[in-house]
Amino acid sequence: MYVLPLLSGGLTLVGAMMVVTCPVAVHAVLYLVVTLLSLAMVLAMLGAQFAAALEIIIYAGAIMVLFVFVIMMLNLGQPDRDREKEWLRPRAWIGPGLLAVVACGELLYGLPTLSDPDGAVFPIDARDVGLSLFGTYVLMVELASFLLLAGLVTAFHIGRTLRETP
Amino acid sequence: MTAFPFNAALLLAAMLFSIGLAGVLVRRNLVFMLMSLDIMLNAAGLVFVAAGARWQDASGQVMFLMILALAASETAVGLAIILCLHAHGRPSLDADTGNLLRG
Repeated sequence: MYVLPLLSGGLTLVGAMMVVTCPVAVHAVLYLVVTLLSLAMVLAMLGAQFAAALEIIIYAGAIMVLFVFVIMMLNLGQPDRDREKEWLRPRAWIGPGLLAVVACGELLYGLPTLSDPDGAVFPIDARDVGLSLFGTYVLMVELASFLLLAGLVTAFHIGRTLRETP
Repeated sequence: MTAFPFNAALLLAAMLFSIGLAGVLVRRNLVFMLMSLDIMLNAAGLVFVAAGARWQDASGQVMFLMILALAASETAVGLAIILCLHAHGRPSLDADTGNLLRG
């Protein structure tokens, strides 16, 4: 009954842990792709097929390709791998790991006040999302386009100085 | 398809967010920090979608779209900064050394 939710949720968590602990950048990107695909499966099981498709197309398709291109251009090799292993000693994990475990424990402690026993989810199709997006939230769509334009201009500016400096 | 329970989605999002937080705190390489930030943004989007599915409201998925746009622009600008630092002859992508940005 719960095989598919358990499988996709567990795959998401394992993939995220491998992203955080993997010393090789390309392997981490591939693990992140696995994480995003299984998270898209979780979204589809929550009844949000439109969000699942966008997760696959934009996150696993576009943003991850950006990561792969940048890692190709950085030309990382064996010294980077060794340095990464040197940075990832067990002593470096004590403080941040403790903080993350405490934060996770607080969240898990606070969750039962939010949750309800039946917890049924209702599917929402793309038509409802589109009506809401271009009806109630049309100003927000414009602001998101401003944000994307600002990101484009910033990336172009930084890339231009990269080419002109010797 | 079997439905994903709402409580399990909250649980998954909390653990995913903590893993991403640990990644941002532990890693010193800028590329890995950006990837951990993406994991955290995904956890936030998962909570939005789950709440929208629970209370049958399309606003959750609208917020997920906004998070997607934010993640796209954030990743583009961050990776451009990484390439700029690398092109200026920095030997490693250590986040601790990049405290001066004379763009």
